[in-house]
Amino acid sequence: MNSLDPIIAKARRRLLDLHYVARSGHIGGNFSCIDALVTLYHAVMRPEDRFVLSKGHSAGALYVTLWSMGRLSDDQLATFCKDDTVLPGHPSGTAIDGVLFSTGSLGHGPSLAAGLSLAARNDKSTRHIFCLCSDGEWQEGSCWEALIFSVHQRLNNLTILIDQNGWQGFGSTSEIVSFSDLSSRVTSFGANLISVDGHDPVAIMEGLSKRSSDRPNVVILNTMKGRGLHFEDRLESHYLPLSDEQYAAAKARIESEQRS
Amino acid sequence: MRNAFASAVVAKCNDDRCFFLTGDLGFMALEEVRSTFGERFVNMGVAEQNMIGVAAGLAREGMKVFAYSIAPFCYARPYEQIRNDICLNKLPVCLVGNGGGYAYGHMGPTHHALEDCAAMLALGVQVLIPAFDEDVPALLQAVAQPTYLRLGYDERPKGSTAPEYAPWRLILEGNNGVMAALGPLAGLAWGALSDLSIEARPAVWAVTELPLGKLPEKFLMSIDEQKPLFVIEEHVAAGGLGMQLSYALATQGRSGGRFVHRYALGYPSGRFGSQAFHRRQCGLDVVGVRDMVLAESKR
Repeated sequence: MNSLDPIIAKARRRLLDLHYVARSGHIGGNFSCIDALVTLYHAVMRPEDRFVLSKGHSAGALYVTLWSMGRLSDDQLATFCKDDTVLPGHPSGTAIDGVLFSTGSLGHGPSLAAGLSLAARNDKSTRHIFCLCSDGEWQEGSCWEALIFSVHQRLNNLTILIDQNGWQGFGSTSEIVSFSDLSSRVTSFGANLISVDGHDPVAIMEGLSKRSSDRPNVVILNTMKGRGLHFEDRLESHYLPLSDEQYAAAKARIESEQRS
Repeated sequence: MRNAFASAVVAKCNDDRCFFLTGDLGFMALEEVRSTFGERFVNMGVAEQNMIGVAAGLAREGMKVFAYSIAPFCYARPYEQIRNDICLNKLPVCLVGNGGGYAYGHMGPTHHALEDCAAMLALGVQVLIPAFDEDVPALLQAVAQPTYLRLGYDERPKGSTAPEYAPWRLILEGNNGVMAALGPLAGLAWGALSDLSIEARPAVWAVTELPLGKLPEKFLMSIDEQKPLFVIEEHVAAGGLGMQLSYALATQGRSGGRFVHRYALGYPSGRFGSQAFHRRQCGLDVVGVRDMVLAESKR
């Protein structure tokens, strides 16, 4: 058992409660990336490093991760998606410490992160920049603009993580754009490509450690949308909130996985 | 004005926390900026969305950033990046749009910027429209928030001296009503009306910043209900100077006098040409502005 496992399990339970209470959607994409986010924040990032949540619809997973780090309180989480909150369904860049940009429209994060990387280089800083994208997001041309730029500028202080859960808004990525795997496309643009099991913290840590000395890094997280929920690996997890029965079943499953 | 801008950037903005990004434009204009800024001058290629996102990332780390392109490629192509990345995060990026209005003339309608001021103002971006070359260095000091700098041509009469910079400047005295001219059209009006008698012409004011802010008392005092209030702008009517000025007057309970508005009509004939051609079609050329004033003086 990895030392991160109980932290991840606790975060998954809290994320489940967060979405159940708020009755908010996008739970599937939150459960596909929560393992990687917790791993990144607890085991990889240093205080000076930067993070950009390009897939802003996974704000819940980011908030819970910050909560697991002691940077958000239970009282704050209780306001998620409610009136007068600093924790809207897609994050604001001016509301809480550590969230640098307002994201939610897809395809913005890689450019923002490239700008942070360029600033770090100019400052002669060793800080590293991490950016988490969805896989469907790479249908946005701006992602490829940013990748071309980052490769040309040799931004080796940049790591883009792609949550490749295979589903997007109205179907699977393979049936919509034949994006069954982004690896070959990313590699062809010249980035340093690493592909890992996005639900295995050890594999994630290992993947994030394989940084290039002269190129930006792209870590493909092979994940399952809505992992642990009744509608895992199904489109419905992109939108639908949980019923009481579905919530209870998911909670029981997370707890049984932790025991095993 | 592009050269005045480049000189001002080199003279006033070259420090190690300032970046200059260009969308692959600046031939025979930005070479000195490039050599002076070194690695802080970045040709971002033909990728304006990325340019604005990178600008926001740099600014988030405390850098001052210029992002330069032909005007429509600067404000229209990456509009969502301006909205989300710069404005929602209140970052002091200066978007520099070269060629406001019909300035890119023969290049055709894709290269014109007729609604840029309104589009930027709707996002809360401060809009700067220098009228004269000397305005540019003065305006660069105002960049502490999301800003759009609309560059055109200095069109003042040869040999004339522009008054010291202010957002509103009286550049030509007159007693037959008053005229507010946006940016470079102030210089055009100055030349078009200067040989009319002071009784026959309106007082001409150059307006170079939007939103308008507080209107000068002298300008307000010169509005006469029996005389014309002219507004000329190389911008569509929607959201431009004319609408903003009339709104400001209305909310202050003031009359706008006889409101006469000349603005960019788009492409009314379906034909295309130089900046001068398009201005003529809109009555925004020297003859059109002069005739407009003379016609109103006969009423």
